Amino acid sequence: MKQFFGIALIGLVGLSMLMTTTKKVPDTDNLDGYKIGEVVEDFTLKNTEGDMVSLKGYIDQSSVKGVIVIFTCNTCPYAVAYEDRIIDLHNNFLGKGYPVLAINPNDPAAKPGDSYDKMKERAAEKSFPFAYTIDETQEVVKRFGATKTPHVFLVDSEMSVRYIGAIDNNATDPSGVSTRYVEDAIKAIDTGSNPDPATTKAVGCSIKIRKGA
Amino acid sequence: MKYLFLIPLLCMLSCKATQKKPYYLQINSYEDIVTGNFDAIKNIFQQKDDTLYVINFWATWCKPCIEELPFFEELYSAYFGKPIKILLVSLDFPNQIESKLFPFIEKHQLKSAVIHLNDPDADSWINQVEPTWEGSIPATLIYRKTERKFYEKSFETYEELETIIHSFL
Repeated sequence: MKQFFGIALIGLVGLSMLMTTTKKVPDTDNLDGYKIGEVVEDFTLKNTEGDMVSLKGYIDQSSVKGVIVIFTCNTCPYAVAYEDRIIDLHNNFLGKGYPVLAINPNDPAAKPGDSYDKMKERAAEKSFPFAYTIDETQEVVKRFGATKTPHVFLVDSEMSVRYIGAIDNNATDPSGVSTRYVEDAIKAIDTGSNPDPATTKAVGCSIKIRKGA
Repeated sequence: MKYLFLIPLLCMLSCKATQKKPYYLQINSYEDIVTGNFDAIKNIFQQKDDTLYVINFWATWCKPCIEELPFFEELYSAYFGKPIKILLVSLDFPNQIESKLFPFIEKHQLKSAVIHLNDPDADSWINQVEPTWEGSIPATLIYRKTERKFYEKSFETYEELETIIHSFL
């Protein structure tokens, strides 16, 4: 018992030494999520056509070299600002082996505009060429650790996470974009190298995880 | 010019803590606001005086932000005259400053200082505010000198926010 306390104490001291000046106060509802290089567990979600779509189902297709998983939604202005660019990504990269798989992780109870019916409406309005799926149980978003919409996770053919972050470096003005992070990451993977940067940050709407979910 | 009153801010930066005069610089034209990139405001995250800085990132389109905004306003009133500065950093889209942000500030008669941050290079400035910040809003940085706390979440009640303030005082 004494030994245990000793170890625990060393652990505590070590931990406090590691702490930086800013205390990040964690939102306990959000788990840590996938990091670069980690292998993603398969998931199956319903798309706006009513079909069940699985990540593995995408990966298993011989033409697919990776999947651009994007957590997005109807209601976040940043997500809306990126809609056309997400459509372009899919259209430009499907033929190169990288389809988009969009996931709406929001709780419709908190955001009625993100209900399944509203998703169907939006997908029809914009003629989304990619699967727009709903993460009703929020199991997938919690596993990924996505915190906001839009939030991209580029997964390769080994289901390994290769890039996490923003689509490009200008959310509000498509004409002002100078770096296309996702496109650059795909090109890196295709040439056998690691995306650089492998992670980026962007402003987005927080994904509200249901209490006790 | 009618918006003059609502854009206080920006320069608590160059002013000394001991000064009793207004600590902020007024931005006095629409032009000045829209050009407020991160470099222009970064000093507000590195103040060394005895003031407690409560810096909230929000936008008029962000529902949870709007819901917690009254708590910051209440804080402003409750601690008026005390060494606490409350800054509301708006991340509204640049083309919605006049159509959304200004009308919102006017309608709600916001008392706290509002500044608009227009800097598309979020990957760079988010880390300068706080390395652990993923970029979702609402988000709040509360600091005094080197003691900093960061919240990437919304506050459910005023008491929740005030408890944190108390922990600094």
